[in-house]
Amino acid sequence: MKRPVAVGMILLGVAILVLFFLNLLLGSVSVPAGQVWKVLWGGEADNTIWQNIILKSRFPQALTALAAGAGLSVAGLQMQTVFRNPLAGPSVLGVSSGASLGVAFVVLLSGRLGGVALSRLGYMGEFAMTMAAIIGALAIMLLIVWIAQKVRGNVTLLIIGVMIGYVATAIIGVLKFFSAEEDVRAYVVWGLGSFARVSGGQVTTFVVIMALLLPLSFLLVKTLNLLLLGDGYARNLGLNVRRARISVITCAGVLVAIVTAYCGPISFLGLAVPHLCRGIFRTSDHRVLMPASLLAGAALALLCNLIARMPGFEGALPVNSVTALIGAPVVAVVLFKRRKEDTGE
Amino acid sequence: MKREETIRLTGLAIGYTTRHSVKTVCTGITETIFSGELTCLIGENGAGKSTLLRTLSGFLPPVSGEIILLGKPLRSYGERELSTIIGVVLTEKTNLQNMTVEELVGMGRSPYTGFWGRLSGEDRRKVGESLEMVGITGLRGRMVQTLSDGERQKVMIAKALAQETPVIFLDEPTAFLDYPSKVEILRLLGRLSRDFGKTIFLSTHDLELALRVADRVWLMSKPGRLQTGSPENLVIDPETGRFNFER
Repeated sequence: MKRPVAVGMILLGVAILVLFFLNLLLGSVSVPAGQVWKVLWGGEADNTIWQNIILKSRFPQALTALAAGAGLSVAGLQMQTVFRNPLAGPSVLGVSSGASLGVAFVVLLSGRLGGVALSRLGYMGEFAMTMAAIIGALAIMLLIVWIAQKVRGNVTLLIIGVMIGYVATAIIGVLKFFSAEEDVRAYVVWGLGSFARVSGGQVTTFVVIMALLLPLSFLLVKTLNLLLLGDGYARNLGLNVRRARISVITCAGVLVAIVTAYCGPISFLGLAVPHLCRGIFRTSDHRVLMPASLLAGAALALLCNLIARMPGFEGALPVNSVTALIGAPVVAVVLFKRRKEDTGE
Repeated sequence: MKREETIRLTGLAIGYTTRHSVKTVCTGITETIFSGELTCLIGENGAGKSTLLRTLSGFLPPVSGEIILLGKPLRSYGERELSTIIGVVLTEKTNLQNMTVEELVGMGRSPYTGFWGRLSGEDRRKVGESLEMVGITGLRGRMVQTLSDGERQKVMIAKALAQETPVIFLDEPTAFLDYPSKVEILRLLGRLSRDFGKTIFLSTHDLELALRVADRVWLMSKPGRLQTGSPENLVIDPETGRFNFER
């Protein structure tokens, strides 16, 4: 690995550590830094409330943000490469719409059919929502993979994916129209995205799943590098393009499905982080971009989560708004600066 | 360099197969392509030059007939094996950003690299050699998006050389280039075939240039006809303006 790349990775790693600690430290209740440090290393805080806030609320939330940011960014990078489209992102194939559709069915229909508003069911309801999201997202993903085997062009597939997204959104609209107001509200809140919703036991499941899936996506770096050259060249260099496309879509789709199921549809991160990494590291090599996106995605998600929880906002800001509000200018600046450098040379 | 038979086509018919029909472009091609020679494929637009190249590269199955590559049927080769025998330079424009010339040429080593695609010292040496053979060692560190069309074409040729394949197919390598670059690229390809014994087969619209550098010319004309011969025997029909080989 070249020196500047290694330096960049180390900086990103340090940023993650700092942001993670800040996530534990800052919030509506102020806890002294020393106490946070102590709890983090397995000690007992002087105050049980502090201990609970850190271990039961902030720690799981930070961990969720970290894993979700990493997963979405890696998925976004894979999508952008496989579709050779800078605007592709995790949501582009309708996978997150599929998750939304699943949740909409459960949240909006249960009240109507079962007579119980799911939003009042607490833990069971939460679990049902997660499962519904996973099922919805994976169903759409299987549909896309099936279509990917039938159609040849990337653009066709992309458009079909976007269309599926529209159909899902339309069905959700119909469901909303016929639902009770409180159920609609529960659905809208889910749709805003949050790293805080995932509770204790589910965090472990989520983080373990991501820890298993993310290394798997690293197995595709050579494939992704070859896909950059275009189908013809990739094929001539010994790549089975069709199989490659399907494995990349499956990998990215599963990542998005899991993250969306646990955190709701988090927009923007997956689209922006790969661009950010290309801008910083000035390379197209996925051996660099993949770990870079993973680290930068985790760092950016932690930063967004921190801002969403800043004292004063008191958790009032939905993560989805923060990701776009913070992310969009950052990406624009990076791209703009690079453009100036390119033309200036 | 020795002149040896690399590719033999017997009764080859090329075309596209769709779900409902077969659109045949050219039939009854029985020809041989030799190593150490530059073979140019010329013909009007729509005569099927690209189809023939795509079929020979294994991208498209033949409608009928047989393609024998180095003594074995083309279809018996696996993707991996084929990638070490045929290298291609295509017309499709790659929209590559943030990749250096050296990295792009290094991609030509993919069939030989391991799981992560890391280049060994040997691979790097081969990349250096390829750059030198094409005469673009000076471009090594440049980003691909800053290159001119001619330079980019040379980089793709260097990529094909790094692939170390005995056969190189090029689809219109001189399109979009200015005249001096056209001459340069074709001369370069002629030299590569003669000095290194490569089998080079390319399609082009630049007839006069092709006639000057080619060892052998394949002429495809509209009604699905293919004629071959040496460039000296090609004559123009004064009435139609079409080319023909002297009998």
